[in-house]
Amino acid sequence: MNQEKYKDDLKDIKDMMSRSSRFISLSGLSGVSAGIVALIGAYAANKVVYSKQIVDGYRNILLTHEMVYELIGIALVTLVVALTLGIFFTTRKAKKNKQKLWDTQTQRLLINLLIPLVAGGLLCLILLFKGFIGLVAPLTLIFFGLALVNASKYTLTEIRSLGIAEIFLGLLATQFIGQGLLFWAIGFGVLNIAYGIIMQMRYGS
Amino acid sequence: MKEILKDLNKAFENKVRLGIMSALMVNDYLDFNTLKGLLDVTDGNLASHLRSLENSGYVTFKKEFLDRKPNTQYSVTDEGKEAFVKHIKAIEQLLN
Repeated sequence: MNQEKYKDDLKDIKDMMSRSSRFISLSGLSGVSAGIVALIGAYAANKVVYSKQIVDGYRNILLTHEMVYELIGIALVTLVVALTLGIFFTTRKAKKNKQKLWDTQTQRLLINLLIPLVAGGLLCLILLFKGFIGLVAPLTLIFFGLALVNASKYTLTEIRSLGIAEIFLGLLATQFIGQGLLFWAIGFGVLNIAYGIIMQMRYGS
Repeated sequence: MKEILKDLNKAFENKVRLGIMSALMVNDYLDFNTLKGLLDVTDGNLASHLRSLENSGYVTFKKEFLDRKPNTQYSVTDEGKEAFVKHIKAIEQLLN
């Protein structure tokens, strides 16, 4: 009997099923770099918020309009740098895997990631301008987590548990309003770095 | 043994056809170029294997127009699904 051939066939079937339906070139390094950028961003935001005022108890922090714009600026720069690095590392890995970067799988992944992410982002901007600043940090974490869970069907399955961890952290953060930056640093920084390292070890660069 | 061999499907012996079926099993639809990219084969080669799977009744297609360019979307039929699952089960039994 030609056992070897059928073993090969079975391997080919599994490989083709995952290659044709999931984006498998997500690089662990992109998680690590996004986490580091997030930590730097959180540090910068921390400076903006706490350096320009006399703190009299953490609940009485005053944010001027100017500071809000500065914070949004920091957030945008952080986002752009993290995305650029992520795209760079993922492109490199896709080339190695001989997987096209822009195909049906990537498009499906991005669309499913972006639906909860954009909805949450817009909601947070609205809340920010209405003055509900304390809720922004928990909500961004929750929506980021939902986006990851939603996108995990189209990429490596570990993304799902990262998403669940982010949702849990976001819910926890609602109990510590005023410590938003700290939770942000944990969720977007530490968790991303930890997952990036795990993925890197499991799947290589 | 004879029972198992009966379920092994000649249509899926070929690597390209096996690849086409595997990809279509986990996607609702795939177009010609996506399949071509996944399998790394020439137009003619892919077309002839797709035709043979169509003739067996395992694969079906619908033509659409995307930006006025014809775009053929392939999908697996119920019959194709059944045959493919049988084929995989037979392989697994053989290997056990």
